[in-house]
Amino acid sequence: MSGVRVLVGTRKGAFILTSDAARKEWKVSGPHFAGWEIYHLKGSPADPNRIYASQSTSWFGQLIQRSDDGGQTWTPVGNDFAYDGVPGTHQWYDGSQHPWEFKRVWLLEPSPTDPDTVYAGVEDAALFRTHDGGQTWHELPALRQAKGELWAPGAGGMCLHTILLDPSNPNRIYTAISAAGAFRSDDGGATWRPATHGLKSNWELPDPGAEVGHCVHSIAMHPSRPEVLYMQKHWDVMRSDDAGDNWREISGNLPSDFGFPIAVHAHEPETIYVVPIKSDSEHYPPEGKLRVYRSRTGGDEWEALTHGLPQENCYVNVLRSAMAVDTLPSCGVYFGTTGGQVYVSPDSGDTWTTIVHDLPPVLSVEVQTLP
Amino acid sequence: MIRVLIPHHLRTLANTGKEVEVEVAGVATLRTVLDALEGRYPMLRGTIRDRATQTRRPLIRFFMCGQDWSHISLDAPLPEAVARGQEPLMIVGAMAGGALR
Repeated sequence: MSGVRVLVGTRKGAFILTSDAARKEWKVSGPHFAGWEIYHLKGSPADPNRIYASQSTSWFGQLIQRSDDGGQTWTPVGNDFAYDGVPGTHQWYDGSQHPWEFKRVWLLEPSPTDPDTVYAGVEDAALFRTHDGGQTWHELPALRQAKGELWAPGAGGMCLHTILLDPSNPNRIYTAISAAGAFRSDDGGATWRPATHGLKSNWELPDPGAEVGHCVHSIAMHPSRPEVLYMQKHWDVMRSDDAGDNWREISGNLPSDFGFPIAVHAHEPETIYVVPIKSDSEHYPPEGKLRVYRSRTGGDEWEALTHGLPQENCYVNVLRSAMAVDTLPSCGVYFGTTGGQVYVSPDSGDTWTTIVHDLPPVLSVEVQTLP
Repeated sequence: MIRVLIPHHLRTLANTGKEVEVEVAGVATLRTVLDALEGRYPMLRGTIRDRATQTRRPLIRFFMCGQDWSHISLDAPLPEAVARGQEPLMIVGAMAGGALR
């Protein structure tokens, strides 16, 4: 293994951080797309030199950029995200029905086998796919038929922010949408159903166990065991052992079960990571101490990881797409903060250092492990 | 020949200078000029006009001859001085301060 390439999306551009396998000395490239919001960048598992980036601003709208040389040069590709047919309506803040309106791409999920196939999660929530390397995008509209008329935007917008492709079953796709919930397709996206049984939203929904409406923040899986899912919900850390059919809470001894990202160790499917945040009203770490929590038991029992992280006066947040792991023999864990720091732990979370500490607010972090 | 001044981010995107020139057949209107601009620089599609509605994006402004043309029909004939290339069409990113910027 020769090293890693960390793809960082920020409020004002993209940055690419590279290192050898020791992960001590880093080269920083960027800002790419200076001044633009980069919600997400991700590389193709089938071709590490192929990277896709979601670039947008309120002024000039949405662009998709593609690199075929590992992020050295970029080419704008297709940016026409037209909803399939008549877009229809969803619930609005005042309870009325409101038409679906495209705003931006939150997430890009390349196919594990084809560099030209990529899924895009967008706001207003919908799933798109390209088969031609991003030149044209087509909606998978059946997702919005999963009670889409009942979905309503949360404070961050009605965004589709999580896409998981089952590596053992190309027909199985999971998505998660803020303030709508989690959804699963077993037929390549032709049909969908909510995957929310067991979620409880006691303070956010009039029916705490409603089928849709839960504010799912992120979901993660280990590729060797794709039927096991871990979820950071608005409140509650959850686990499913049956591909999302049923969920149970695994928050255990966390100081707060509110948070945004969740990640799974590259080699230990029962080792998971979260970053507890004080509350939905106060988006920063409890007690001003930035702590990653690790469970080696698949949840319920958690330990604070603090070595190298600020343990006083820290009031940053870690957003839902801003945590990732590499697949080097000693698993690296990475996360970025709204304060512009990107942290790395080359030893599964035992110790942490900053790679960079003065970037714009970090929106997303992804890692490529390079051969 | 219509002279068009484009804002910084779109210059970077299209890899152009501050001013570009486009040819328009027939009556020069904002619509025909933008069509010509996007034809020459396809990467600008969706950045000035909304992809779905083909209307001006909310934070884009059109200035010509000291006047704000942002709220005038895209099909209105442009001022003679712009149509003759004596004055430019300015495409401007609106002032928009805010907590998240």
